[in-house]
Amino acid sequence: MALADRKMLAAIAATRFGLGAKPGEIEATGRDPKAFLKSQIRPTGADLPASGTVSTGQRMEAFRDYQRERRELRAEKAADVRPAAPSTGDPAQANMAEADARRARNRDPVQQIGNILRQDIGEDFTARAQLASTTDAAFRERWAMFWANHFTVSATKAITGTVVGPFEAEAIRPHVFGRFVDLLGAAETHPAMLTYLDQIQSIGPHSQAAEFLRRPGRGAGFGLQPAVQRSAGLNENLAREIMELHTVGVNGGYSQADVTEFARAMTGLSIGGPRDGNYGTPIFRPQAHEPGARMIMGVSYAPAGKEQTAEILSDLAAKPATARFICTKIARHFVADDPPPALVARLQAAWTGSGGELAKVAEALIDAPEAWDPRPEKFKTPYEYLVSSFRAAGGAPTAFQQIGPILTALGQKPFSAPSPKGWPEDAQSWAAPDAIIKRMQFAQSFSQNVVRDRDPRALAADALGERLGAETAKAIARAESRPEGFALLLMSPEFQRR
Amino acid sequence: MNAMTPSRRGLLATAAGFGLTVQFLGVPALAADADLARRKVVVIICRGGMDGLSVAPPVGDPDYQALRGELALKDALPLDGTFALHPQLTAAHALAKAGEARIAPAIATPDRARSHFEAQDVLESGAAGVYSVSSGWLNRAVEVLQARRKTDAISIGPTAPLILRGKVQTASWSPGRTVDAEARLPTLLADLYRDDPLLGPALARGLATETMAKDVAAMTAQPVSMTGPPGAAGFTGATPMQAQLVRGAAQQGREASRVLGTSLAGFMREPGGPTVAAISLDGFDSHANQAGLIATRLAALDAVIDGLHQGLGPEWKNTVVLVATEFGRTARVNGTAGTDHGTASTALVLGGALKPAGIVGDWPTLKASALFENRDVAPTLDMRGLFKGVLAEHMALDKAALEQVVFPQSAAVRPVAGLV
Repeated sequence: MALADRKMLAAIAATRFGLGAKPGEIEATGRDPKAFLKSQIRPTGADLPASGTVSTGQRMEAFRDYQRERRELRAEKAADVRPAAPSTGDPAQANMAEADARRARNRDPVQQIGNILRQDIGEDFTARAQLASTTDAAFRERWAMFWANHFTVSATKAITGTVVGPFEAEAIRPHVFGRFVDLLGAAETHPAMLTYLDQIQSIGPHSQAAEFLRRPGRGAGFGLQPAVQRSAGLNENLAREIMELHTVGVNGGYSQADVTEFARAMTGLSIGGPRDGNYGTPIFRPQAHEPGARMIMGVSYAPAGKEQTAEILSDLAAKPATARFICTKIARHFVADDPPPALVARLQAAWTGSGGELAKVAEALIDAPEAWDPRPEKFKTPYEYLVSSFRAAGGAPTAFQQIGPILTALGQKPFSAPSPKGWPEDAQSWAAPDAIIKRMQFAQSFSQNVVRDRDPRALAADALGERLGAETAKAIARAESRPEGFALLLMSPEFQRR
Repeated sequence: MNAMTPSRRGLLATAAGFGLTVQFLGVPALAADADLARRKVVVIICRGGMDGLSVAPPVGDPDYQALRGELALKDALPLDGTFALHPQLTAAHALAKAGEARIAPAIATPDRARSHFEAQDVLESGAAGVYSVSSGWLNRAVEVLQARRKTDAISIGPTAPLILRGKVQTASWSPGRTVDAEARLPTLLADLYRDDPLLGPALARGLATETMAKDVAAMTAQPVSMTGPPGAAGFTGATPMQAQLVRGAAQQGREASRVLGTSLAGFMREPGGPTVAAISLDGFDSHANQAGLIATRLAALDAVIDGLHQGLGPEWKNTVVLVATEFGRTARVNGTAGTDHGTASTALVLGGALKPAGIVGDWPTLKASALFENRDVAPTLDMRGLFKGVLAEHMALDKAALEQVVFPQSAAVRPVAGLV
């Protein structure tokens, strides 16, 4: 391999497969960039962000407390109808009243728990961005982010928002180089997914629970929300999205009847409630499970309680349509919005040949010549853009405020994908005029804060290696200040892409 | 000032001289150029599958109460003997009472898969089926209009919706600090991007919009530049987890939504400003405990409509606003006080340009035998018929453009007539 070729491969390894080069990273890739990437694949899965050891159950318990306190406070306020002390028009008195109100707000337990939860969620996100900004195994982290987005859970639902971080740590990261069926099982039965897609309240219409709830005056218990106690039955949200988004895809050959049957099979999958003693952890409620055999996509499933869902998931995972759908997504994520069919075929062959071993699929991706096309086809998402900017500067975010607001302004609010489909991957979604303006504003203020006495020409060479084009190098060399030079790097066509 | 050009006068005179009927020439020949150039269309996309039976509950339908049970609305705002509007849609209701808003209560795209993403693609691409067209119908409509006169379009929000993606580079804007287009960095970048087909046009358009945003702010004394993005729940990509934990989020959301409406109106009132716009609201997917969720989202929608109405002022009479969603929801309540993915939903058509009239399309009723697949409100009107009707009558697009460019393979879908 010629030296120039090796340098280009090293730059592609760090920028396309990884999360953008840190100073020195392209050099450190060594003689064999493919081996460098493959060495990041490991059976134990992806790294865990350093955001403490809070589990899903603990977070959900905190959220439950928050909701309960809030309800109680509202009830107290509704009961407390004493008129306020008559105003004397004295400004000093008004000031004191205001100070009292402020003190009361600070003592307000609802506000306090809300603040703590908010802080926890922000810390989870910041820890993830720190890991992404600093890791030497950036391919591994990108691979994990792909799967987290494939199995999107989102803070657009408040209860789910408290556990997006724990979901990634518990259900996604450990399984990203294992068998797909295990990742699928872990993701679909995690409380974050069960709450996000409304599974916890779904009840078999012929289950014991439904019959109990239909009796007049009944309905307490079962760990259900009060509003649900009035009506009890199926919710097909999770069943549909598993088929459409997580396995076979929308053209995967299922019908409305299959969705409903799958929803019936999954009844009983829930999380522990106040009376179960294990709040917020996944449990199976046999009394809410729809009894009987199920017929899904032409296959009959005998009554088997929660094993019925496991069998169906296992069959969905093994379908050729699943391999085709997900391998196309992988190719689209790593290589091009419109990925080369030959690449998809290679990934699919690796998937099928290994029975869905994700480590084998990752290796096939690294070995695929199509994945090393020097043209940068992929436009970075806002998160990728931000992380690669920190990496180019050799730093990492230290507080949520440094990353949260800008990501929101760029349309990628932390942990808040707009739908179960996850964040879009294509350039058209992210390169709107308004987004370019806001990226430019970020680049400008970020550069002023981080570049200090470093030479932007050296930073550019470090960040892009052989991918740095002559035009951009020239513009950076002509910049009138170091921050301007670094901002030009971050906004250059080759840095905006990968 | 009469901006009618001599050539147009000449054409009309010639047409009259040859005895051509007005019918043959169609609407464009009737209206003066200046009038046409002022006409505006705004499309509001409500993502997630908006429950039509909550937007415009058919309270007079004999099966409504039984089907909807606990979700049946008791304090809806009456429209006619059958329909009412959701209690949060107060601005829309006032417009309806003034003859400036109508509902299409059983409307659907041609897609029947009940998939959000497939249905949104079909809704926005204007295609007869999924995956056949990769640009948006509103972008293609602008392309046709540009052949006749300068026409600009804008989307509101940090990401560009499919409906406005395509050959024509459109503007996009969301609240934030404004940028000086004359500053050094933008100028250097414009140079660096000159051969970049994606970034070059996007930056140029972004800077032009920034310049306009300053004018809008000066003209309307409005907070177009806010210190951060709106705290509104429900805007694409801007749904704050915090807001849901904070009391008063609803009012904040409503206020931020109104600002989006008035800001968009500000852009559209600028001389040479956009006459075509798209705005996207999300979070309508209501599988569980939907009553509160729908109320919050509809309050935001109503605030956007109100902001547009107030902000457009005298230009409201030249405007048609369309509110549409990818599909409706099940007619029956599901097991969790919500509704699952369905078929037909309700669209709203609003604007000072509308002719007052009743509902758009037929009402299939909620009789068990009338439900689509014994589950959903049955579609009686193809969404493309409504869009085509607005583009034909209001924006004066001809049949050939509508059937060949904007909505391919739609010859069998008749444009709704009598809207404006």
